[in-house]
Amino acid sequence: MTTLEKLKEILSECKGEELDITAETTFDELDFDSLDKVDIVMQIEEAYDISLGENMQLSTVGELVAKIDEAVANK
Amino acid sequence: MSENRVALITGAGRGIGAEIARTLAADGCDVAIVDYAEESAASETLEKLAACGVRARYYRCDVSDFAATKAVVDAVVREFGKIDILVNNAGITADKLLLRMEEGDWDRVLSINLKGCFNLIKHVTPYMMRKRYGRIVSISSVVGMMGNAGQANYAASKAGIIGLTKSVAKEFGARNITANAVAPGFIRTAMTDALSEEQKQAMYKLIPLGSLGETQDIANAVRFLVSDDARYITGVVLKVDGGMYI
Repeated sequence: MTTLEKLKEILSECKGEELDITAETTFDELDFDSLDKVDIVMQIEEAYDISLGENMQLSTVGELVAKIDEAVANK
Repeated sequence: MSENRVALITGAGRGIGAEIARTLAADGCDVAIVDYAEESAASETLEKLAACGVRARYYRCDVSDFAATKAVVDAVVREFGKIDILVNNAGITADKLLLRMEEGDWDRVLSINLKGCFNLIKHVTPYMMRKRYGRIVSISSVVGMMGNAGQANYAASKAGIIGLTKSVAKEFGARNITANAVAPGFIRTAMTDALSEEQKQAMYKLIPLGSLGETQDIANAVRFLVSDDARYITGVVLKVDGGMYI
């Protein structure tokens, strides 16, 4: 499973519906609130055993994928 | 048949917790009992739950153990499919005047009574968040509002539950998760039965309704707070004390 596919799974579960997501999808479009964002970051950290930090300023899903891949590579 | 709601109740092997378990089972909830005692000590409770025609399972766990409570919550979700209701009822006392209270007395009571609530809420809320539904009720005590000589540790833990409950209510309200507390006064138990008539009379004078409460009175309050009738109620402390603390 690619990072994008895994992320799609996590974001869809959080939203409670199947989301159609590409690397270009922006977080503004997805409209998650602060509680969702904390939940999403925690799920990613658990899934990949990485630490992403508290304050991520990301605009697209592709940027988050890159951030995850970078953290995994630096483990 | 509509799907049963699933309730996880701590300290439900006997006493008030067992009454809450039986009451929610009678309303059609499947019940996961979490208790520190041997399962055999809860056999009577489990039989009563089975008689209600609901699924009931026993999980032995020390609620003050963070990792163990996570394992239990995950197991309940695996076996029941979800957790709709959490009732934090597990609690102990180690009564002593503060002058005689040891550090261990304080730590033990706070760990089980207060940290135990945190542990369960912490592990249950991610599941409730995704379901956009949750009902959390924690058993506090009027002693947490009044204070009580000889119960500094217990009163502090029960007051702590109120602060925890109100914070959880604020954090998770947007996910349709309510968090409330029930604060019992004097409830008839084996402990109060052992009191002398003179001691009981002194106790009754403190209670406007003039009698001790029953475990069923507490279970009724919990049943209300987890029901749809209470869907717009969160962050409250419902005293069930016959008016002892007004």
